[in-house]
Amino acid sequence: MTELDWSAIPAALPLLGRGARVTLEITGAALAGGIALGTVLAVLRVSPARPLSWLSAAYVNTFRTIPLVMVLLWFFLVVPDVLVRVFALPRSADVRFTTTVVAFVLFEAAYFAEIIRAGIQSVSRGQLSAALALGMRREQAMRLIILPQAFRNMTPLLLTQAIVLFQDTSLVFVIGLLDFFGTADAVGRRDGRQAELILFAGAIYFTVSFAASHLVKQLERRLAT
Amino acid sequence: MISIRNVGKWYGAFRALRGCSVEVARGEVVVVCGPSGSGKSTLIKCVNGLEPFQEGEIVVNGVSVGARGTDLPRLRAHVGMVFQHFELFPHLTVRQNLTVPQVKVLGRSPEEAWEKGRALLERVGLLAHAGKHPGRLSGGQQQRVAIARALAMDPICMLFDEPTSALDPEMINEVLDVMVGLARDGMTMVVVTHEMGFARRVAHRVVFMDEGQVVDDAATDRFFAASGSERARQFLSKILTH
Repeated sequence: MTELDWSAIPAALPLLGRGARVTLEITGAALAGGIALGTVLAVLRVSPARPLSWLSAAYVNTFRTIPLVMVLLWFFLVVPDVLVRVFALPRSADVRFTTTVVAFVLFEAAYFAEIIRAGIQSVSRGQLSAALALGMRREQAMRLIILPQAFRNMTPLLLTQAIVLFQDTSLVFVIGLLDFFGTADAVGRRDGRQAELILFAGAIYFTVSFAASHLVKQLERRLAT
Repeated sequence: MISIRNVGKWYGAFRALRGCSVEVARGEVVVVCGPSGSGKSTLIKCVNGLEPFQEGEIVVNGVSVGARGTDLPRLRAHVGMVFQHFELFPHLTVRQNLTVPQVKVLGRSPEEAWEKGRALLERVGLLAHAGKHPGRLSGGQQQRVAIARALAMDPICMLFDEPTSALDPEMINEVLDVMVGLARDGMTMVVVTHEMGFARRVAHRVVFMDEGQVVDDAATDRFFAASGSERARQFLSKILTH
């Protein structure tokens, strides 16, 4: 086995930095979109209207039973075409980033929906009764009374899922988008130092995720008191 | 003001209410009592439509609660309700608990809502706590805030669902005092409670329920003069002997 040679890394840092930005952008956009859509799905899920609840459940169960990598690939094959047509973009436009974000939002929303649903159910039923008794409409009661409490209860779980999402973004390498991991892989191949670069990338993912989990644990402790 | 006619309700196969009829006139204070599981809380929750019912009719201020097409939120906005477990909103301050419903439901301006809320907090003796979250208050204080929150909506009547039964004994009177004050001001009130002292002092009538039925409905002095039903007398002897 050849010795590991880390000398290729300093020169790769600017490129890796650009890749890291793509990773963070996808994570941020997927987080915001996923929580927004997940909230809508969760509210529909607990709605007394059966068809709405059923539709939401079907959506969540579908996405939770398909591997993320397949969702990404499938979206890569279908969505760019749709985007180009709908927005009349030039054929050559690179819509991979948008496609990726859409796929992540739709996929992660299923997971966030389950977390938020549990959050809604963790708020005592009496709170909803009180809000309705004051004359609030269901939608107002959800938005003003139930969801703020649900999010407070669920913050640690949502953040934990965000860390999973951060790691999952590395899967975009299957569609050739140069995120942090994809860049490390590409630079490693170019320089013949793939093992070193991927180990380095792994160390960064580990450090970020570990630090973030630690912060979540501390937050959890503070919320519990 | 409130007219409950022949109301029946099932939870699945369990019959929670049967043939319940109670009339409450404007300005009247009616105490509803009975053993636990007798359906008194369920009945009071039917009055503002928090619990659906399958039989009979409830009319509040001319509006049929159970009818299809009734705008329940609009009706509830003017029917105050006080819960056993207070149900203040824990993520909001006391002040916001009083103002947010007024602003969001009645469309009042925040200034107007606070003017109202401030006067009511003063009335229940808690103005100094306006900036706190409910979790920092005692049970008795929370329940007084809950009463103020309901009153801030300018209700045409008030429903109390066991307002003192989750309280430590030393806090019961501070809540009852507020309720007595309200009754003396002529508020229409339906109060589910075991506080017979309160009933004696301010109730015009006492309704006794058992097994989902209204067993007794009598003027207060007549109810306590033991001329009521056998079951009501048994119940009274159980809760009054100690």
